[in-house]
Amino acid sequence: MANEVVDHGRRRFLTAATAVVGAVGIVSAAVPFIKSWEPSARAKAAGASVVQSLKKIELGQQLIVGWRSLPVFIVNRTPAQLAALPGQDARLVDPKSNGSSANQQPRYAQNETRSIKPEWLVMVGICTHLGCVPNYVGEMKPEPFDPNWQGGYYCPCHHSRYDMAGRVYQDVPAPKNMEIPPYHFIDDMTIQIGVDPKGAV
Amino acid sequence: MKQFLPSLALALGLLIGAAPAHAESGPALLSSGANVNDQASLQRGAKLFFNYCVGCHSLKYMRYSRMAADIGLSEQDVMQNLNFTGARFDDPVISHMPPALATHWFGKAPPDLSLEVSARGADWVYTYLNSFYLDPHSPIGWNNTVLPNAAMPFPLSELQGMQTAVMKPGSQDEVEKLTLTHPGSMTPAQFQQATRDLTNFLDYVSEPAALQRHKYGIWVLLFLVVFTMLAYLLKKEYWKDVH
Amino acid sequence: MSNVLTRLGDWVTERAPNMMPAYRKHMTEYYAPKNFNLWYYFGSLAFLVLINQIVTGIFLTMNYNPSAAGAFDSVQYIMRDVEWGWLIRYMHSTGASLFFVVVFLHMFRGIMYGSYKKPRELVWLLGMLIYLALMAEAFMGYVLPWGNMSFWGAKVIISLFGTIPVIGNGLVEWIMGDFLPGDATLNRFFALHVIALPLVLLLLVVLHLAALHEVGSNNPDGVEIKKGPKGNRWSALAPADGIPFHPYYTVKDIVGVGFFLLIAAFIIFFAPTLGGWFLEHDNSIMANNLVTPAEIKPVWYFTPFYAIVRMIPSFLGSAVWGVLAMFGAIAVLFLFPWLDRGKVKSIRYRGTGFKVALAVFVLAFIGLGAVGAGVTAEVIPEWFGNVDLTTWENLFGRVMTALYFGFFAFLWAYTYFGWEKTKPVPDRVTMHD
Repeated sequence: MANEVVDHGRRRFLTAATAVVGAVGIVSAAVPFIKSWEPSARAKAAGASVVQSLKKIELGQQLIVGWRSLPVFIVNRTPAQLAALPGQDARLVDPKSNGSSANQQPRYAQNETRSIKPEWLVMVGICTHLGCVPNYVGEMKPEPFDPNWQGGYYCPCHHSRYDMAGRVYQDVPAPKNMEIPPYHFIDDMTIQIGVDPKGAV
Repeated sequence: MKQFLPSLALALGLLIGAAPAHAESGPALLSSGANVNDQASLQRGAKLFFNYCVGCHSLKYMRYSRMAADIGLSEQDVMQNLNFTGARFDDPVISHMPPALATHWFGKAPPDLSLEVSARGADWVYTYLNSFYLDPHSPIGWNNTVLPNAAMPFPLSELQGMQTAVMKPGSQDEVEKLTLTHPGSMTPAQFQQATRDLTNFLDYVSEPAALQRHKYGIWVLLFLVVFTMLAYLLKKEYWKDVH
Repeated sequence: MSNVLTRLGDWVTERAPNMMPAYRKHMTEYYAPKNFNLWYYFGSLAFLVLINQIVTGIFLTMNYNPSAAGAFDSVQYIMRDVEWGWLIRYMHSTGASLFFVVVFLHMFRGIMYGSYKKPRELVWLLGMLIYLALMAEAFMGYVLPWGNMSFWGAKVIISLFGTIPVIGNGLVEWIMGDFLPGDATLNRFFALHVIALPLVLLLLVVLHLAALHEVGSNNPDGVEIKKGPKGNRWSALAPADGIPFHPYYTVKDIVGVGFFLLIAAFIIFFAPTLGGWFLEHDNSIMANNLVTPAEIKPVWYFTPFYAIVRMIPSFLGSAVWGVLAMFGAIAVLFLFPWLDRGKVKSIRYRGTGFKVALAVFVLAFIGLGAVGAGVTAEVIPEWFGNVDLTTWENLFGRVMTALYFGFFAFLWAYTYFGWEKTKPVPDRVTMHD
């Protein structure tokens, strides 16, 4: 009895097979636990889309609405603010939003005003530096941080500055233009944030 | 081991069979035959629910979107044919009836039905839906043998018709049986199928995860059979050392 | 690869010289008797379930909301909105019941083979403390979903303390932090359930295992392998009838784990409520302090003790007797090592009286469970027609209660007065295949 020969090959094979199948089982069992951290159906429902009327936003005013728990800035830009935009290009990091900021907006908002309609700016109000919410400083007058201020955003955290299209100035910590969310006009004065225009991708 | 497994299976079966009592005492319940994997039945049941029930009863834990995906309806189907409240597709099913008004009409707010089948069982719901009868003594004109003095009128009467109670001999309030005195638009067999569908839908609503359970469960069991067999061979191999 | 592992091992040993020896002491050089049978799976299975409860529990807390207003909704949120939340919850709820299944079988094994007898009294006592902590843990966990049965179960169980003379009422309010189970109750139960008691349980499990590994495992023959001859194919000093836990019992326990997981997975995926035994129907209704469920009863694993409370009538204007009896029914289990004075450990060589008494004890325990779960209330009218249910149920329940306690009295007398006729115990363990 004690002289029985142990079949080491078989033993190794069975050990490996059981270990592999067991490991597959443990990994598979871990998947539901990892997936449970995904945004839940409730979070997805809350983040689906927001419909916002533009009627009450006066010229030069900003409205902040929540979308996916993010602040979305909606600004009714004045003709003067719009006219000042091209003049800023030389001082910006990526004026055409086709360089480092190429993915910061949908294709249909990749233009000088970074919008569908020039007057309406719709933008996620999160500084691209470390995620603070920049202040809207809409008046075109000299500011302590910029004697030649043409309206835009000033981040209180680390003093990053953006113009009236959310484009980041040079020599500030923030690297990219602020993000433009997907949105579209349901009618002239109503937008839906979170849904692209029909046919646009 | 050889006797152990069958006896274990037997014990499990006995346990499930000997479920602790949960329904209130009352007439014997009919068998609902609910099967949440019958998608056509779920769709018919959903249609009934949104035509006859949602006026008063919410399903506050059930989102339209989840329901559509689970029972095989498109967003368009749901938003055009079932959702009459203007809720968004991702919203839960909330009845339009203001609770205050409902309390005024019926004496109490109609309960949310999200977990009705979990709480009472599918057979209870099915039997309840088949046990309404005309009762001149009731303030709302209806009564129910399963839930006496239920504060609920019977919206399905246009389908079933109207039942009248036949009392036990010598009794004023003990119902012996119900007879259909005014036929509705459905035959009794059709109505039974309709209430079966409705019960089935509510069964699904009380635990939408049941669909996933059934789908994944079989693979998990098959995997474990393979694993256990391998482990058994491994054990046999090593235990050759032990005499 | 193996070279790296060896060096890592050396590196660790240099800095923590007792770590590898500890692994050897508890695994590769823990010599367990070679004749373990089916009953010896349940210890490792209990450990597996404990791990399952901790892991699934941690993930449940991530979405659970311990407030009276939000708890019930958050459970449905887990069941519906959280991806795979239903699986995690069912693993936890099924695990809770299976924990008790496994622990009951583990305890029964100990009674059958006299594993509580000298020198293992400490192992038994620590095990009993685990059982106590587990009951507290399960009770508090049961309150958390804040269903109507959670609420009323909490109310009734906490009220048990109200029967204590003088301090009872104040004690009940102190436990609840309110005049009814409410936010305060839920929050403290949550804290105890997810932090305090799991820590206590883990500590007790470590001590239970440490105490066991000091004296070594008992076995179905009740033979002390350490007192037998030395020397086997692995070590000249180890008991001849011992085999190293790893790999032999590791691979064997893995087979047990496989079977166990099959049963658990079947319940989780195909019968998570187990017909109302593991998850009760009335708990699908949110806690309502105005509507008592038609029949309040605890989950199945508490029903035997709950039945004892119901079977003892009030006396001298106090309900404390039933409560005393219930706690007594648990406390008397601690005394097993001292009540049983039998010379022989294993049921294989014990007298017929012990075998019969143990069978009666098990039947009494199950019978009490049936009374507590309302099975008798359902079955008596079914089998015997229109009889006076209360009288018959009380009669049955009281006989079962008497048999439960009678077992311990009998066990003591039977062994103390030497009435037990034992069979000769073999010198070495026997193998049955």
